[in-house]
Amino acid sequence: MTGHAPAKRPNQLFRNLNSKIASIPMILIAMGIFLGGSLWTILYSFTNSKLLPRLSFVGLDQYERLWSTSRWIISIQNLAIYGILSLIFSLVIGFLLAALMDQKIRFENAFRTIFLYPFALSFIVTGLVWQWILNPEFGIQGIVRSLGFENFTFDPLYNPDIVIYGILIAGLWQGTGLVMCLMLAGLRGIDEDIWKAARVDGIPMWRTYLFIVIPMMRPVFITTLVIIASGIVKVYDLVVAQTSGGPGNASEVPAKYVYDYMFQAQNLGQGFAASTMMLLTVAIIIIPWAYLEFGGKKRG
Amino acid sequence: MNIRALTAAFAATIVLPMGVAKATDLEVTHWWTSGGEAAAVAELAKAFNATGNKWIDGAIAGAGSTARPIMISRITGGDPMGATQFNHGRQAQELVEAGLMRDLTAVAEEGNWKDVIKPASLLDSCTLDGKIYCVPINIHSWQWLWLSNAAFEQAGVPVPKDWHEFVAAAPKLREAGIQPLALGGQAWQSGGLFDTLVLALGGKEVYEAVYVDKDADVAAGSEMAKVFEAAAQAREMAAGSNVQDWNQATNLVITGKAGGQVMGDWAQGEFQIAGQVAGEDYSCLPGLGISPYIATGGDAFYFPVLDDEEKSKAQDVLAQTMLDPKTQVAFNLKKGSLPVRGDVDLTSVNDCMKKGLDIVAKGNALTSTDQALSADSQKQKEDLMTEFFSSTSLSPEDAQKRFADIISSAD
Amino acid sequence: MANISTLNTTGAGFDAVAADVSGPRGRRPKRVLSRRNIILYGVLSIAALYYLLPLYVMVVTSLKGMPEIRMGNIFSPPMEITFEPWVKAWAEACTGLNCDGLSRGFWNSVQILVPSVVVSIFVASVSGYSLANWRFKGSELFFSILIIGAFIPYQVMIYPVVIALRELGVYGTLTGLVIVHTIFGMPILTLLFRNYFASLPVELFKAARIDGAGFWQIYLRIMLPMSLPIFVVAMILQVTGIWNDFLFGVVFTRPDTYPMTVQLNNIVNSVQGVKEYNVNMAATLLTGAIPLIVYFVSGRLFVRGIAAGAVKG
Repeated sequence: MTGHAPAKRPNQLFRNLNSKIASIPMILIAMGIFLGGSLWTILYSFTNSKLLPRLSFVGLDQYERLWSTSRWIISIQNLAIYGILSLIFSLVIGFLLAALMDQKIRFENAFRTIFLYPFALSFIVTGLVWQWILNPEFGIQGIVRSLGFENFTFDPLYNPDIVIYGILIAGLWQGTGLVMCLMLAGLRGIDEDIWKAARVDGIPMWRTYLFIVIPMMRPVFITTLVIIASGIVKVYDLVVAQTSGGPGNASEVPAKYVYDYMFQAQNLGQGFAASTMMLLTVAIIIIPWAYLEFGGKKRG
Repeated sequence: MNIRALTAAFAATIVLPMGVAKATDLEVTHWWTSGGEAAAVAELAKAFNATGNKWIDGAIAGAGSTARPIMISRITGGDPMGATQFNHGRQAQELVEAGLMRDLTAVAEEGNWKDVIKPASLLDSCTLDGKIYCVPINIHSWQWLWLSNAAFEQAGVPVPKDWHEFVAAAPKLREAGIQPLALGGQAWQSGGLFDTLVLALGGKEVYEAVYVDKDADVAAGSEMAKVFEAAAQAREMAAGSNVQDWNQATNLVITGKAGGQVMGDWAQGEFQIAGQVAGEDYSCLPGLGISPYIATGGDAFYFPVLDDEEKSKAQDVLAQTMLDPKTQVAFNLKKGSLPVRGDVDLTSVNDCMKKGLDIVAKGNALTSTDQALSADSQKQKEDLMTEFFSSTSLSPEDAQKRFADIISSAD
Repeated sequence: MANISTLNTTGAGFDAVAADVSGPRGRRPKRVLSRRNIILYGVLSIAALYYLLPLYVMVVTSLKGMPEIRMGNIFSPPMEITFEPWVKAWAEACTGLNCDGLSRGFWNSVQILVPSVVVSIFVASVSGYSLANWRFKGSELFFSILIIGAFIPYQVMIYPVVIALRELGVYGTLTGLVIVHTIFGMPILTLLFRNYFASLPVELFKAARIDGAGFWQIYLRIMLPMSLPIFVVAMILQVTGIWNDFLFGVVFTRPDTYPMTVQLNNIVNSVQGVKEYNVNMAATLLTGAIPLIVYFVSGRLFVRGIAAGAVKG
């Protein structure tokens, strides 16, 4: 596989044609569903649609109401805390586990399955189990207290100030296995020679990871980042299963606001306004990055 | 790929040539999945199957909030079911306006629904422009205080006769290590508790001014300020009840770990399952023992417009069956709710149900908030109340201001 | 405009790296009880405990009777082992009037799963391949839109998708459901495949082009055989996502074709009556069985796939 002879220039039209035909589903989905659906959502966010979409425009009313709703503000704050911590911990834990797994260990299969299995379980139950374990009466707190530590307090799901961290514990449990898997696939793609060279040069292992291996794993990190981040923005089931947004509104998240107002409150306009704000935020972050990453300049 | 369509087409070629109007399958979606509820649905299915048709059950658990989006998507997606449950009131109004629901006026006139359905407000909320679009099937009311007799005995205080005595007994309960008021964490429970306080303490006039007439001045006024003070007391009494579901909260009352719970009449089913007897093991106070009124709502069935002639006929049959006196009794006894007909015989009901029946018979049944407010306003109110009841950082005064805002823009 | 030279630079950063894909690193002498090993296995074991604790709770609970569960300690092993909750979850638990447990939905789920996974992975892998190796004008724009699509909550898209499927006349059919799963699996999967194909040695691609191979030939003969690990990752994602999906399964089917998750939801979320935690846990473990089996089997494939890639590269 060392054919470095310059490839003959193929028939441009023919080549593009095949690729374009193969891309038709992607183009349809991107333009028809994601772009079309988003534009549709944005359009109807300026209406007072209730149960069914209706084109009676009310200007920015839905947005004014949205931003004067305390539940929405709490949702945004929660998402920020949950998102930042979840991103950091998922990447760090996932990478560390993958690096440990990559040390030619025994029982690799067993460990990998153990770390990955929570991902197989639906959120409905992840929430239920963690609700139990974190329950002050018969969960961790109860056990520690029964061992004689009467003042031990650990009730994240029942304390409005820290409830979002309780959800984070379950979220990380569910998601880090997949991150580990992706990272491991990435690490396995690193050339053995790189390690040899680093060792010959006497570079300590942590430096090799930090300054050589991680930069080389950029595509893997990007994929992982998109998977984690999109999961964070969409976080819904986990909250519903663990706390249904409680105590009070303390663990509400934006996706739940959207869903509750679209279907429970039957106020599509309000739900669409909230989802437009979510879309807008995502677009503001993603578009410049996507442009740099995939667009204008070519990767080198 | 489309196995189902193929099978359907295949089945059609076999069945149709025989030309006999056989049993028509009718898919019915609902969110009644617990033991008692499923038993009640089984009564409906049994009655419908007895007419020579077939009930195809489409149960979706997780309360209306899970099931409703699915039902609405199915109907708007052009793949409607034969019949579907909605809460009474305004949830399906737009589907009716969009012409997606079947007009049942002819069936209703034949069955003389206008005369037999009590209270009449139930049928009113099925009616749009003089036409009837749904079948009310039961009556539920929210305004009940359920008390554990054992808990009060343990605390050494007599079982309260009304809300005020209950509040006064709360410190004693705390001393005895008993949770005074059990309140589940879900938002609708806080909303229901508050509405109950409005009706019981504010009285009929305030309740109707705020929820039916949407009078923001009354909502911001001194009468409501008292209700908010009472709500703050209830908040203190409920502090520390770490449960989510309403039936877990009811269970605290059943086991004597909590003194009482404000919950709708469906809580009764839980006491029954636990083998408790009204008056001996637990007490029930409609209107919190203060108000002679309760607000009644309930469940109703809607019938989407279908192209299939046979199925449309079966829909009419199902609508008739649901209001049949026998079906009404069988269904409501299992469900723990009151029948919508005033002319049926209910000898086997317990004390608490009798109290409810008496109130309805006296004509003291008011419009429920589900009928008076749009789902949107209801949700906003719930969001406010769940925040209020979960954290003492929201003062009654601030909460009342926000409440008045919601009422002023309510529809 | 895509041509060979841009492709060259596109993959250049990675071709050296991926050219020689190999197995786990082994850089240290192997003494069994070295300090390094103690730390290594110590950390992994502690992490494994954190991941296993909820599973332990689930299994233990599913083997207890209700009276024992009410006594409270969720961590204690069952005093009296009973398999009744498992039997009940599989064959007896009620969904409304149908009391035949999860078994009812199992085959429905399989029927939904297989075509959905195959179609979505095929479509996404071809798209990723196009994006990585056969760019055309606008392809990156479509791709960027797709990536943003990954961040849209599913619930928001229900209305547009319902309308789209209604217009296509496939609402309520298996075809419709397969389309829905393909749509929502598309962003992440395409990204995954695109990045993977871009990291494969570009020389391979060029050599094949010289031999006169076309779009599909290169995809089938060169790319597919080298892509086992990424197909395994994609399969893990899709099998899990589709098998555990509740929302689409219930919105886009009818009661006779409801997937298993609808029954699971009905068993776990029954609002009234006594919550049978043991049955809930057994039901969960039963529902999770298929993805778990896939993980277990694919874990081996995963390793072998990487090894195969190394040989061929």
